[in-house]
Amino acid sequence: MTMSFKMALIGLAGFAAVSAGAQEVTGAGASFPAPLYAKWASDFNKATGVKINYQSVGSGAGIKQIQAKTVDFGASDAPLKDDELAKSGLLQFPTVIGGVIPVVNVKGIAPGQLKLNGQVLGDIYLGKITKWNDAAIKALNPTLALPDAAIAPVRRADGSGTSFIFTNYLSKVNAEWKAKVGEGTAVNWPTGAGGKGNEGVAAFVGRLPNSIGYVEYAYVKQNKMTYAQMQNAAGSFVSPDDTAFKAAAAGADWAKSFYQILTNQPGKDSWPITGATFILMHKSQDKPAQAAATLKFFEWAYKSGDKTAEDLDYVPMPGAVKSAIEKAWGDIKDTSGKAVAYK
Amino acid sequence: MSSTLPANEAPFGLSGSSAGKGQQRSMINPPPVQSVRMGPLADRLFGWAAKAAALLTLGLLIGILLSLIVGAWPAIHKYGLGFLTRSVWDPVQDDYGGLVMIYGTLATSFIALLIAVPVSFGIALFLTELSPAWLKRPLGTAIELLAAVPSIVYGMWGLLVFGPILATYVQQPLQSLFSGVPVLGALVSGPPVGIGILSAGIILAIMIIPFIASVMRDVFEVTPPLLKESAYGLGSTTWEVVFKVVLPYTKAGVIGGIMLGLGRALGETMAVTFVIGNMNQFNSLSLFEAANSITSALANEFAEAAGGLHQAALIYLGLVLFFITFVVLSLSKILLARLQKNEGAKS
Repeated sequence: MTMSFKMALIGLAGFAAVSAGAQEVTGAGASFPAPLYAKWASDFNKATGVKINYQSVGSGAGIKQIQAKTVDFGASDAPLKDDELAKSGLLQFPTVIGGVIPVVNVKGIAPGQLKLNGQVLGDIYLGKITKWNDAAIKALNPTLALPDAAIAPVRRADGSGTSFIFTNYLSKVNAEWKAKVGEGTAVNWPTGAGGKGNEGVAAFVGRLPNSIGYVEYAYVKQNKMTYAQMQNAAGSFVSPDDTAFKAAAAGADWAKSFYQILTNQPGKDSWPITGATFILMHKSQDKPAQAAATLKFFEWAYKSGDKTAEDLDYVPMPGAVKSAIEKAWGDIKDTSGKAVAYK
Repeated sequence: MSSTLPANEAPFGLSGSSAGKGQQRSMINPPPVQSVRMGPLADRLFGWAAKAAALLTLGLLIGILLSLIVGAWPAIHKYGLGFLTRSVWDPVQDDYGGLVMIYGTLATSFIALLIAVPVSFGIALFLTELSPAWLKRPLGTAIELLAAVPSIVYGMWGLLVFGPILATYVQQPLQSLFSGVPVLGALVSGPPVGIGILSAGIILAIMIIPFIASVMRDVFEVTPPLLKESAYGLGSTTWEVVFKVVLPYTKAGVIGGIMLGLGRALGETMAVTFVIGNMNQFNSLSLFEAANSITSALANEFAEAAGGLHQAALIYLGLVLFFITFVVLSLSKILLARLQKNEGAKS
């Protein structure tokens, strides 16, 4: 196992080196936006002839590869903190927004009927609320017929940005969660069965009666899963959709820093478990031509890629954020200190 | 080169191109030295190449071991051997221990062997001794085909098809049967999900049965018919022939086959990841409780593991797996050696 992994790494590194030598742009990282980046890349290739090679290897591996400069850009679901960025000389900017949605499989409950809040969701995943007819769930759903059945929590087994957004949200709204478990791409889950990938969790929830899980929005939409409404920071219950994700993104203060985790945002329409996915680039570029091509790609994506993003159930960044990002690109400079010209 | 020689001399001509006309007579009864003198340089080159290939394997092995140790060093330095007995795995607090995964790997492999060895033995026995001739080939091919199914298919099948069946028809009846019974009750407790140590063990058993069965069949087949027929002639039953003639004759091969299966079970990743539940817990040792294995933890967490202790702990787990495999292999060699030593004493 370890051997084949090493070989895969060597292969990847070799591949990256080769493609960087040719007139191609290489990126690696998060798997959550990978379908979108692939589509953008093929559209961009048609429009400009420049080839973008994105390897969906996971956020952690993406960060490692951009730090080692084996790729032109890295991608991560969990943003790096500003001091970490400064340490590695990286610039970070968000590309699209996605939501993480609690899904359930309880007989007699239709999509959107069940209402949950962060406290209850956290207690379920802490193993404190074990029955569907627990008083805390009943209090939020007085009219719903909830069965006297054990809750089977399902969560991601692999380290993932989805888990990061989910656990970050729970840490914000459930004090006990914060103290006992915390946030991260992989955490020490107190309870629950682990599925591999969004599809693994979706499969588990789909076939396990009385289960609850969390998946990305696209999986809910495409598999018509039974999602739950969540109570947001403003106290209102919202259903997950594009407008709710956008509302969450609008509430963040992007002007200060792109380190924004969009969970538990204010605003009565905000979906509370929202997160953006990020791109990482070196600020000082010893290959300015590659950097220019990379920036061209993302400039094109912000300008003409929104429709594609929406088709694939991602939410594009608000316009104001996009212009702030393009301003921040001025910090990407070649070794002589001149800003990389991509226009 | 033989084309340069007269046709009738061709069989001997093969032994050397330097054989001249005058030597051909003596070639009918060639001195042993002459036959090995062909192309001393080529011979040496071939010798070097073979040696290089052997050394390369050894070098690779040492290289992997060294890079594992270097990669795992932060974790080795921090926890030492205590890593093996700690059951914490908390990436948020950066605190790691390998006991849960090591236990999961060993327990699933043990269950797999427990099921696979008798079944494989039955398959091999049936194919070599009992099966009608027309069934032998299709059945043998079918078993070999099972070995070609990708492990992820077993994983998906285990999760979506086998898990629910196990939960509904095995776990729930067992739970109601043993509820209140002290040890057995705890052994089958847990949510009726159909994933955990037992499902992983059963899926692994299905995966390694083809390997063990085909090795067993192959070695059973090489038992000289003379021996078997003599035993039958003396009035032995099939059972006696298998246990007193075939098995003693083939034990090295049989153990080799089992070890091959065990090696595969220890290292299997994808299928286990799907059905083991990936839960780092040690509160319940129930067969139906979600657990974790070394390979599964590596597959799930490596890509997203931040550098530093988390990654080091994962590599440390890899090192432990390397070591387990090494121990298993050594034990099987020792077992074989001991069996061979007792060879004369028994018969």
